[in-house]
Amino acid sequence: MMSHLPALQVVVPLLSAPICVLLGRGRFAYGFTLAISWVAFVISGLLLQAVVQGGAISYQLGGWAPPWGIELRVDLVNAYVLLIVSAIGALVMTYAKPSVDREIGAEQEYLFYTGYLLCLAGLLGVTITGDAFNIFVFFEVSSLASYMLISLGPNRRALTASFNYLIFGTIGATFFLIGVGLLYQMTGTLNIADLAERVAPLTGTRTVQAAFVFMVVGLALKAALFPLHAWLPNSYAYAPSVVTIFLAATATKVSIYVLIRTIFTIFGVEFSFGTMSLGPLLFILAIAAMLLGSTVAIFQDDIKRMLAWSSVAQIGYMVLGLAFATVNGVAGGILHLFNHALIKAALFMAMGCVFYRMGSVRIEAMAGIGKRMPWTTAAFVAGGLALIGVPLTTGFVSKWYLLLASVESGMWWIAVFILISSLLAIIYVWRVVEAAYFMPSPDGAPEGEAPLLMLIPTWVLIIANVYFGMDTRVSVGVAVDAAKALLGGGS
Amino acid sequence: MEWPGLYNYWIAIFLMMAGLYIVIAQQNLIKKMVGLSVFQASVFILYITMGKVTGGTAPIIIPGDDVLYSNPLPHVLILTAIVVGVATLALGLAIIVRIYEAYGSIEEDDIEKEEENAR
Repeated sequence: MMSHLPALQVVVPLLSAPICVLLGRGRFAYGFTLAISWVAFVISGLLLQAVVQGGAISYQLGGWAPPWGIELRVDLVNAYVLLIVSAIGALVMTYAKPSVDREIGAEQEYLFYTGYLLCLAGLLGVTITGDAFNIFVFFEVSSLASYMLISLGPNRRALTASFNYLIFGTIGATFFLIGVGLLYQMTGTLNIADLAERVAPLTGTRTVQAAFVFMVVGLALKAALFPLHAWLPNSYAYAPSVVTIFLAATATKVSIYVLIRTIFTIFGVEFSFGTMSLGPLLFILAIAAMLLGSTVAIFQDDIKRMLAWSSVAQIGYMVLGLAFATVNGVAGGILHLFNHALIKAALFMAMGCVFYRMGSVRIEAMAGIGKRMPWTTAAFVAGGLALIGVPLTTGFVSKWYLLLASVESGMWWIAVFILISSLLAIIYVWRVVEAAYFMPSPDGAPEGEAPLLMLIPTWVLIIANVYFGMDTRVSVGVAVDAAKALLGGGS
Repeated sequence: MEWPGLYNYWIAIFLMMAGLYIVIAQQNLIKKMVGLSVFQASVFILYITMGKVTGGTAPIIIPGDDVLYSNPLPHVLILTAIVVGVATLALGLAIIVRIYEAYGSIEEDDIEKEEENAR
């Protein structure tokens, strides 16, 4: 049983999806999905423990040894990505019931949970697999499920948002597929560890260079890196609250993880940053994303949309970390990947609570909400502080490492951009705070807090944000180790 | 290998660019899906063509007989990718049906106009 954990991590949610359809309408679908989410969380916890104690785990699917068979590979980097994806999944499902009841008709609920399970299985699959083609397949499993989930949004704009995401997402995944194909043509292997060895002597060839470009562009599309972010704001703004929380915290992060694997593990630092000079390009795009995303966020009246634009900026931070290609920089990028998942999930959860009570997340609906929903608003403020990067929150830790990296690399002007983007974040968070605490409630505004079932997961995440902001031993230690492993040429 | 020897790659590239162009240039959502399918199909051809060995046959190995066979793995991979492509197409068309129900049109311009009017 224990030795099959890597396979179970993907298989359990994947096989639960059809069972969830069979359960049909009624309470069972939710209870079942909740149980499976927590099972996935426990499995990823056990996997992490095993990796920390015994080093990387290699699991051979069907007993076929790599590089011929498909290998599931868990090391320090993806064990943590698995944990964060499944932890967010478990918390989101705990939170989901009241929100889903309100936003999605009882008729469609079981299909919603099925879609969620498929999306979870896909994301976990992308993270755990050690096979490049497998990544594409799991990407599509999770993406197709997420297009469906987004289209369930209450506004009809959710449909066009979902369609746009489908077009962009498919092009991104197909670009990745082309890159994998070109690599296979040159090396005859799909196993990531094997690819890493065989690509090294071939880096002079045009085919490998083309493969690199296709893969990076495809993944940048999937991760919504500026200027390929066009699908993201509408998708997050119009999706049902629960879907926004889940996707914002996991989907783009998993794409960033694959980008890390591609750049550092498959192609290696020397090729990516030397031959292909990826560094300057990533710097420019990351800084543009940080400034543009934060600036546009200020002018949004729909708070979910505002947070979505802020996500565009935060993805800039993660990529910025990778662009340094130094231990502190990559560690900062990885740290921000984890921290941002915690921060954004908490913020979107607070917005889900607001929508539950108010039926809107526009800034007008927030007027005077600080008095009527004190716990929700306090959670939003705490999450906002973490987003800005106030000390004693997670946001500070990752930005600190990015600052360190920029000073260390002698590019102190990048630190200026990090600070400017953080200042812009203060403005957009402040707009909400101002409306919530300093504007009078309109007459007849709905009273009362969100249900406890929604507040508890929100506060668990807020507490996690503060905890990991103060006790950095675990998170920083892992990120630095992971960065060293990645920069040291494979792991 | 002289130029015509690589013509299958030229076909794949041409289809790839044509498909991508249709996706970008067309206003009609169904035509966008057609473009996307052409784009994906070009990648299928790219994979299949790289598995072909000149003079190779099906990979059936008879003991004692040295058969030159094509690489079957890209074909298998692309079977998976075709399934993904079909699923994407089906989902895309299903969303288009819903968009038509909600907006009464599948032209991007009309949908934008409809959205402006509703505001």
